[in-house]
Order: sequence, then C-alpha cells, then structure tokens
Amino acid sequence: MADKVLMKGNEVIAEAAMQAGCKLFFGYPITPQTEISAYMAKRMPKIGGTFLQAESEVAAINMVYGAAGAGARVMTSSSSPGISLKSEGISYIAGSDLPCVIVNIVRGGPGLGGIQPAQSDYFQAVKGGGHGDYHMIVLAPSSIQELADITQDAFDIADQYRMPVMIMGDGMLGQMMEPVSFSNRKGRELPEKTWAACGTEGKRKHNIINSLYIEAEDLEKLVVARYEKYKEIEKNEVKWESYMTDDAEIIIAAYGTIARVAKTAIATLRKNGVRVGLIRPITLWPFPAQAFADAAEKADGFLTVEMSMGQMVEDVRLAVNGKKPVSFFGRTGGVIPTPDEICEAVMAMKEAK
Amino acid sequence: MTGHFGSGKTEFAINLAMQQKGKTVILDMDIVNPYYRTADASLELEKHGVEVILPLFANTNVDIPTLPGEILSVFAHKDKTAVFDIGGDEDGAIALGRFHRFFKEEPYEMYFVINERRPLTDNKEAVIEMMHAVEGTSRLKITHLVNCTHLGSDTTPEIVLKGQRLAEAVSLETGIPIAYTAVKKGINIAVNNPLMELQLYIKAPF
Repeated sequence: MADKVLMKGNEVIAEAAMQAGCKLFFGYPITPQTEISAYMAKRMPKIGGTFLQAESEVAAINMVYGAAGAGARVMTSSSSPGISLKSEGISYIAGSDLPCVIVNIVRGGPGLGGIQPAQSDYFQAVKGGGHGDYHMIVLAPSSIQELADITQDAFDIADQYRMPVMIMGDGMLGQMMEPVSFSNRKGRELPEKTWAACGTEGKRKHNIINSLYIEAEDLEKLVVARYEKYKEIEKNEVKWESYMTDDAEIIIAAYGTIARVAKTAIATLRKNGVRVGLIRPITLWPFPAQAFADAAEKADGFLTVEMSMGQMVEDVRLAVNGKKPVSFFGRTGGVIPTPDEICEAVMAMKEAK
Repeated sequence: MTGHFGSGKTEFAINLAMQQKGKTVILDMDIVNPYYRTADASLELEKHGVEVILPLFANTNVDIPTLPGEILSVFAHKDKTAVFDIGGDEDGAIALGRFHRFFKEEPYEMYFVINERRPLTDNKEAVIEMMHAVEGTSRLKITHLVNCTHLGSDTTPEIVLKGQRLAEAVSLETGIPIAYTAVKKGINIAVNNPLMELQLYIKAPF
C-alpha cells in the first residue's frame, strides 16, 4: 500500500478516477464539488487525458454520452442543481446501456438551494431523476478512504453492467480532508466492449448507440431484459455496514457522512446503557433491504437519520415491512444533524415505546 | 498566510493571531473554500481578544466570495497586527492582489505554509512552482516558510520531519527562511527553527 496522503474528498474522487483509467472528464463547476474539476484540470493533461469544461451541465453529460458510446472510461461530476440539468442525458445513457460514472456532491435544495451539505437528492438518485424505466447504481461512501476505493470500483461496476453508476456524497464529504492511500487494486475481469461505436476499420458491421425504438414491443422487450439485469445487480452488488447491531434495541439507518455523526451518538448512548446500532447502506440502489428485514426480527425499532425531510426512510419502511416502527429525524437546507440531536431522537423513540 | 489548501494555513493563522501581543485582527480572505474556514473559529478568536473580519457571506448558503470593505481599516490602524488568512493556491491568492498598493507602503511578512503530505506540494519543484504562482497572483513576495506537514489524525513525528526536510530543501533553493515548524500538541520533535504548538479549532461535525 502506498504512503498515505492528506486529501480533500473532491480531489480524491478525481485522483481515484484517473487511477482507475478514466482519461476523459467533462464537467461544469459548481460548489461544493468544484475541486474535482480543478484537480482534473491540473492533472489530466499530465497523464495524456482530456479535461474539458463544457458550456453547461447539459453539454457535459452529452459529451459523456458520446465518449461512453465510443467505449471510453468517462466521468462527469456536479452538485444537485447541476444533476437536475444532467438528468435527461442520464436517462439517454441508461436507455442506451452505456457505462459511465456520475458524481453528485449534494447541496441544499430544491432550486438553487444553497451550498451547504445535504442528502435531499436521494429520491432523484435512486427513484429516477430522468424519465423512463431505469436504474442507476448509487454508491454512498462515508469516509475519504472509502470514497477512494468506491470511485475506482464504480468504473468496473459500470463497465460490467453497462450502465451509469452514481457516486453520491454530500458537501461535507467533498470538502473534508482525511488521510488516504490509493491501493493497487486488482479490478474486475471485464468483458471487451464489442458494442462500442469506435470505428469498424471495415472489419465488422457498425455498432449503433441508440435509445429510440420504433416498435413498442421492441422497446418493451429491451426494458424487460434490462430489469432482468437489475435483478442480477440486486443479487450481487448490495453493500452495507452493520455496526453494533447484534444486541441493539434501536437501529439507526444512515448513509454517508451522517452515519459518522450517528456513530458518535451511538458511542454516547452506549455509555449511558442504551443499546443502539447502525445499518449504513453503502449502495443506495440496490438498497440493502434484506439487512433491514433481518434486523427487524431482533431490534425493537429503527430511526432513520438524514440530511433531508425524509427520503431513504421510505425504503427502510418498505424493507422493515411494518414489522417494527420506523421513525425519522432529519435536518435539511444544509443543516447538519448533531450527535446530541440524534441522541435525543433515539431517547424520544425509546420513551414512546 | 498562503499555501495549498489543506496545508494547515488556517489553523496556523488562528494560532498565530492568538499569540500576538497587542491589538490583533485576523482576516478570513478565503474565496476558494466554502466551508472549514477561519470563520468557524470566530467565537474562540474573539474570546482571545482577536478581532475577526469575515467575508459577508462566509459559512452561509450562498457562494458569493465578496470581501468586506472593513479590510481596508487594517491598513489605516497602524497600531494593529493583521493576520491575513488567504484561500488555497494561486487562485485564492488573487484576493490579495487588489491590496498591492497598500502593502507597498506597509511592512509585511508573507508566509507560505507547506504540507508535504498534500499531493500537489509533495516535492521541492512542486512547492516552488506553487510559490511562484502565489507570488504572481498576489503580487507580493513570500518572506517566510512554515513547515506544517501533517496527515490529520494520523500525524507522526516522522511525517513532520519528512516535511521538515522538504521545507529545508525549498529554503536552501529559494533563500527564504523557515519561520516555524507547526505541529499539533503532543507531537514531540526537535528542529533548528522555532516550533509552534497548534491548538486545533476547525473540527468536523462528528
């Protein structure tokens, strides 16, 4: 393992992407993820890649569409309002079965919202965003080291399943600094991109990158096949962390940096004899539903904590399926829940029992 | 106070301001970083009698890097020591450029803070390249170096000393002296220049 360095989350995303073989980045700056672009702008030319600041988010995602269609490893990044702009392109990419990595360093919304950290784009990321029947794989790291590892894996996952992968962090993760090392990871065995539109040299029939189907039945067949693939992903790619859940009476559900605030709260609560644990989804889609269903057999209840008005809580409720109560605590608009507030929410839940 | 973002400039600036004798003012001039900034330590600084001048919208929900007119007051009050905390890299140092005509008539020291564990300033050439870029946009000369090499919670004396060797190499090449080696409390090392023990003020919310 290489020497550890001190890096900002956003820089780590850029460095990890380059180390994973991403040589094309198309973006448009927006706080709090601009350091991704800044780092790419400095480093990409030095490794023979291309950093291009597009004229808009819409242009950037369509550049990604083109590069992915040609079989390149490609990434774009933005923050909430910018992801809304990219959503049409993301739907086209999903509808054309193309792999790419999209980063969303979430800020307060809706609208222009604000630049402080938030998690209020959960629905947009896991339930659609763009139009049509499709999914993206959504990864939610909670530390800078995990961000480095997940960013590299994201490219392999995208290539393996030929679909867009989103890395979802919040502004806190993008802006904070922690020690990190970049592993010489092996990477997955990946199929050759025989579908890419990268020139035939007169040796084969040309490939077409397309999301338009003239006959309804053809489109249906394709979408159904895509959902078969999604089932495979739900089987193979679900990731979560269970923390102190074995004896927990109350289990907190939280992802990303809020899971770390929750761990601080858990330490305090445990000191006071309250048995609390945490399930931290690392993949938001596919959602670790089984982990929650299993935990519902033992725990008395769940508390979902988010930097939003309550979005992931719906998936937790679906997974728990009415077996146990699922409460919610959140702050929104760029306000970060404190460990004390989480402790209070847990105690309120315990008392209400 | 200049340097790459993540070098430890802000913590160093806060500590330096608190250690000054007499009237002191600290200026958060960061137009690069939206959070984790001097503004976070405003209350602590004011408790120590340090006046704090912040950008109008620091730590709010908007992204408007405007600097307040109050900044000019520090040039008028000759009895005050002013610590300017500048945002990262040469882009952050642009904020200093407009005060060029005041600095021409005012004695100043410009520190360049080095963290060897930051990837874009991990070798002599890269540090000197960034120093030149910062001098270019700020239109000021760097007068002192600070070795603030650290790896957050993983900092060890060995890491600081490796940074010290880098700072010494930069010093030898540029002729700019090392003013301080800045370490968080509890790291025990011996160096040939003044040591500053840092009390840390900027914290993550967990």
